[in-house]
Amino acid sequence: MSGIREGHGTLEAQHLVKDFRLRDGVRFSTLHAVKDVSFSLAPGRTVALVGESGSGKSTIARMMAKLETPSSGRVLIDGMPSGDRGRALERYRRDVQMVFQDPFGSLNPFHTIRHHIERPLRIHHPGWSSSDVRSRANELLERVRLAPAGRFAERRPHELSGGQRQRVAIARALAPGARFIVADEPVSMLDVSIRLGVLNLLADLQREEHLGVLYITHDLATARHFSDEILVMFRGEIVERGPSDRVILDPQHEYTKTLLDAAADPDKLGMLRDDVRIGG
Amino acid sequence: MRADAVPVLTARGVSIEYDVDPPVRAVRNASLTLHRGEILGLAGESGCGKTTLAYGINRLLKAPALMTAGEVTFHDADGRDIDVVELRGDSLRRFRWDKVSMVFQGSMNSLNPVMSIRAQLHDVFTTHRPGMTRREREARCAELLGLVGVDPSRLSSFPHELSGGMRQRVMIAMALALDPQVMIMDEPTTALDVVVQRGIIREIMRLRERLGFAVIFITHDLPLLIEISDRIAIMLEGEIVEQGTAVEIYRAPRHDYTKRLLASFPSLRGDRGDFVRRGAVTTGGAA
Repeated sequence: MSGIREGHGTLEAQHLVKDFRLRDGVRFSTLHAVKDVSFSLAPGRTVALVGESGSGKSTIARMMAKLETPSSGRVLIDGMPSGDRGRALERYRRDVQMVFQDPFGSLNPFHTIRHHIERPLRIHHPGWSSSDVRSRANELLERVRLAPAGRFAERRPHELSGGQRQRVAIARALAPGARFIVADEPVSMLDVSIRLGVLNLLADLQREEHLGVLYITHDLATARHFSDEILVMFRGEIVERGPSDRVILDPQHEYTKTLLDAAADPDKLGMLRDDVRIGG
Repeated sequence: MRADAVPVLTARGVSIEYDVDPPVRAVRNASLTLHRGEILGLAGESGCGKTTLAYGINRLLKAPALMTAGEVTFHDADGRDIDVVELRGDSLRRFRWDKVSMVFQGSMNSLNPVMSIRAQLHDVFTTHRPGMTRREREARCAELLGLVGVDPSRLSSFPHELSGGMRQRVMIAMALALDPQVMIMDEPTTALDVVVQRGIIREIMRLRERLGFAVIFITHDLPLLIEISDRIAIMLEGEIVEQGTAVEIYRAPRHDYTKRLLASFPSLRGDRGDFVRRGAVTTGGAA
């Protein structure tokens, strides 16, 4: 397979810090969005990053995808510091790709699905002939279950459903031959009944292509089922980390417990009603 | 479910069409009964017609939406029955918000950004309770904010000065203002963080215990509905395909769609059960 290269390296975040300067009139203040966060992604494993909005999850995603420069700390790939410009950045982008939350905003309404997949193939494989590019694009579309590829390739994004669009976004992320995928709330904008399908697709691809996935979400249940490790973020810090079942079933940190108590649980049927009746 | 269930709102055979080309039959022959003081959950995916049905019940449909069939009856606390479909002009104005109020979808953004909270709450009373003096209105507004857990000093604030959770609480206060017997809540907490969401749900449950209004709670979050509702109706493509108590829907769903919807939410704490992450090599995940 042309898309996969040898190497069992890891993608590692080391002491990442991100501060934003906020302006309030003439005064400035500093928002510490991410405070000293370290973790590592291994091929074939999924790490979930959970927390509320504003906890710094997306800032981490953007730093991993090099859309944001860390205030301090660094990102290592295969044990080497990753590049921030030129060739090195190009190489990094080939290895690490992102799937965004909004499948309606992340595809260009002007271009066909084929264009979205072929463009990254051309950019990252300048040596390929047109027919190479075309057949690889078809192959990618079929990999994300948009088969037969011919039926979808010539359409434009508005002709596809949200779930199909998110599949295109996943195929696009795989196109450069990515080894690591950063998925920022990939299913939160999709209808509930198709969410699991998209997550399962990611899980299949991850296993088959030996991808390392950073799955960012606020949904603890899917974090538990789709990842090997969970990191819980609170106000820019990772307050708890561990194997996913352990974090969910035996939470240690107060904040993890608060998050778990806040998640809807049908097994607690009627308990909240009885609780407010007694407690007032 | 209470044994002494008295209906407060009944909808029979409601059909609503969007009169576009071709016409969209958004709600088809939907019947619902809401009992006094209960929480009725209305679940379904985007586009299934749940919001349209709620708008129909509250007579908020705007062209091209049109109620083509069905009747909606409100059983007032004083024993009178009100035919909601026939209400016009002043009688409609007296009915709306007074008997049935609504917390809108995305209501974090439905406050007027250039009016203070005070002005917006006072507005409800100047319209519906013209006899109230300014002092009475002010006292009632402060009371309402207290009720939903927002400091009454916030009356002078503008919406942008409040957090999303607080704005949502103000919207609930506004819906409570006239002591309605029914409150329709359309995805009242979806845009909020889970922890804030839980606080607001708790607040709604507490207020309902105290004030005794009935709630139609619309959301796609079935686990949440099962946790808080008395009864649940499942909607699919404009039709109500299943209705039952929360326990029935959870333990013994009959319709295939209900089963599929339930299976879309993997269990948080429970056994991994029949839900298996495909392609996983480790079992149990506890590496």
